[in-house]
Amino acid sequence: MDTRTPPLRARHAAADAEFTDFGGWDMPVVFSSISQEHAAVRDSVGLFDVSHMSQVAVDGPDAVAVTQRLVTNDVGELDPGEAIYAAVTDEDGIMLDDVVVYRLPADRKAEILVVANAGHDAEMTERWRSHAESWGLDAAVANRTDDYAMVAVQGPDSPELLAAETDVALGDLARFEVASGTVAGVDALVARTGYTGEAGFEVLCASEDAGAVWDALEARPCGLGARDTLRLEMGFLLSGEEFDPEAEPRTPYAADIGFAVALDTAFVGRDALEAVYEDGPEERLRGLTMIDRGIPRKGYEVTSPDGAPLGHVTSGTMSPTLGEGIGLAYVDTDRAGPGDVLRVVVRGEPKKARITTTPFLQG
Amino acid sequence: MNYEIPDDCRYLDSHEWARREDGHVRLGISDFAQDELGDVVFVELPAAGDEVATDEAFGVIESIKAVSDIYAPVGGEVVAVNDALLEEPELVNDAPYGDGWLIEVDPADESAFEDLLSPADYEEQIE
Repeated sequence: MDTRTPPLRARHAAADAEFTDFGGWDMPVVFSSISQEHAAVRDSVGLFDVSHMSQVAVDGPDAVAVTQRLVTNDVGELDPGEAIYAAVTDEDGIMLDDVVVYRLPADRKAEILVVANAGHDAEMTERWRSHAESWGLDAAVANRTDDYAMVAVQGPDSPELLAAETDVALGDLARFEVASGTVAGVDALVARTGYTGEAGFEVLCASEDAGAVWDALEARPCGLGARDTLRLEMGFLLSGEEFDPEAEPRTPYAADIGFAVALDTAFVGRDALEAVYEDGPEERLRGLTMIDRGIPRKGYEVTSPDGAPLGHVTSGTMSPTLGEGIGLAYVDTDRAGPGDVLRVVVRGEPKKARITTTPFLQG
Repeated sequence: MNYEIPDDCRYLDSHEWARREDGHVRLGISDFAQDELGDVVFVELPAAGDEVATDEAFGVIESIKAVSDIYAPVGGEVVAVNDALLEEPELVNDAPYGDGWLIEVDPADESAFEDLLSPADYEEQIE
């Protein structure tokens, strides 16, 4: 498959970014230093190109209805201009994706915009289209991923920075709300969403306008490396790490996002998830904070103090903010809980770690 | 990008350097290596008195994004360890040939040093 390039690729190259393949996209992983980019977002403001995210537009009289039946959360309760976090599950309740569903402001052409993970756009477009058809629902589904660019401006100074470049009244925009307006003079959607745990916004605009938006927002450019350490400090899931239908098949309850499951709605996977909800998942995603020196990494084994297997790490890093090793791990629900001290096996050596409630970073 | 390649060091193609210091040999990673790794956040090294073997892994350096083994350009008994890296692993980024050195060995075989890449040969390799 050909590598896909974000519309801002040339700007990133000119800024000396280092690139990586992510979900089939050639994306900047670091511009100068992951820790400096991380600190910029925590302390002031940073700018991310997140144009690799998938954008599926759903329009027509049944746009809300089909989406309601394909995601775990209650899309039906959204008013225009509101968004919600949800999982997309199969019949067994296994997560295929995690998405933000936007009920677009009334002036937009499409009723619903589903922002899914990188490289999932074709699969999700087909999922919406084929289910609408088999359910006899009237919805037009379009893969708009290549038409839109998405820029995230995140950090405590992001409201001030963005306010100077937009006609959207940011003060009126609550978390998970989205408004139409202009940014740097071009048509845009501005959403108060993000993946960093900081105040912040995501700006969607036409691909050809991405440069204008990027250039107008004068903040330190940040790559996917910092995006990963920032989301890890918050305990947010990453597709392909904490869940993956092949490598890490998990329900939303196991992945600790039960808050995004509305069992009182009807959706694919609902009945399977009701059973998991009643019995509780056998393994559950937990935060780990290292006590001994070391960094938990994807695939490392987690054991009890006497060496009995309890689970495995899905992702981890040295937390730039906390200065300690943190990670996420699936751990046996019956045999370990919050506060317990267990072991992470680092290069054959069991190292002490404590199960910590996420987010690691307390606001 | 221009990387620092000091003339008084010899190099391994896996990007470690060795420098003679008062009968011992000091080891570290090159400027190129620290730049490739990015922010170094964790260093695991042998203890004084341990033996390390030429061309074998003797420690681990972790950056935020990667875990890398470090190979010994010259083997021997470890006579000094840069303990400052426990608290300040970023010294490897800041001064890879200076305060970011890793260990010093008493070389088991003096000729190992002569088998290493010269600065010119190493420079050619990373071009």
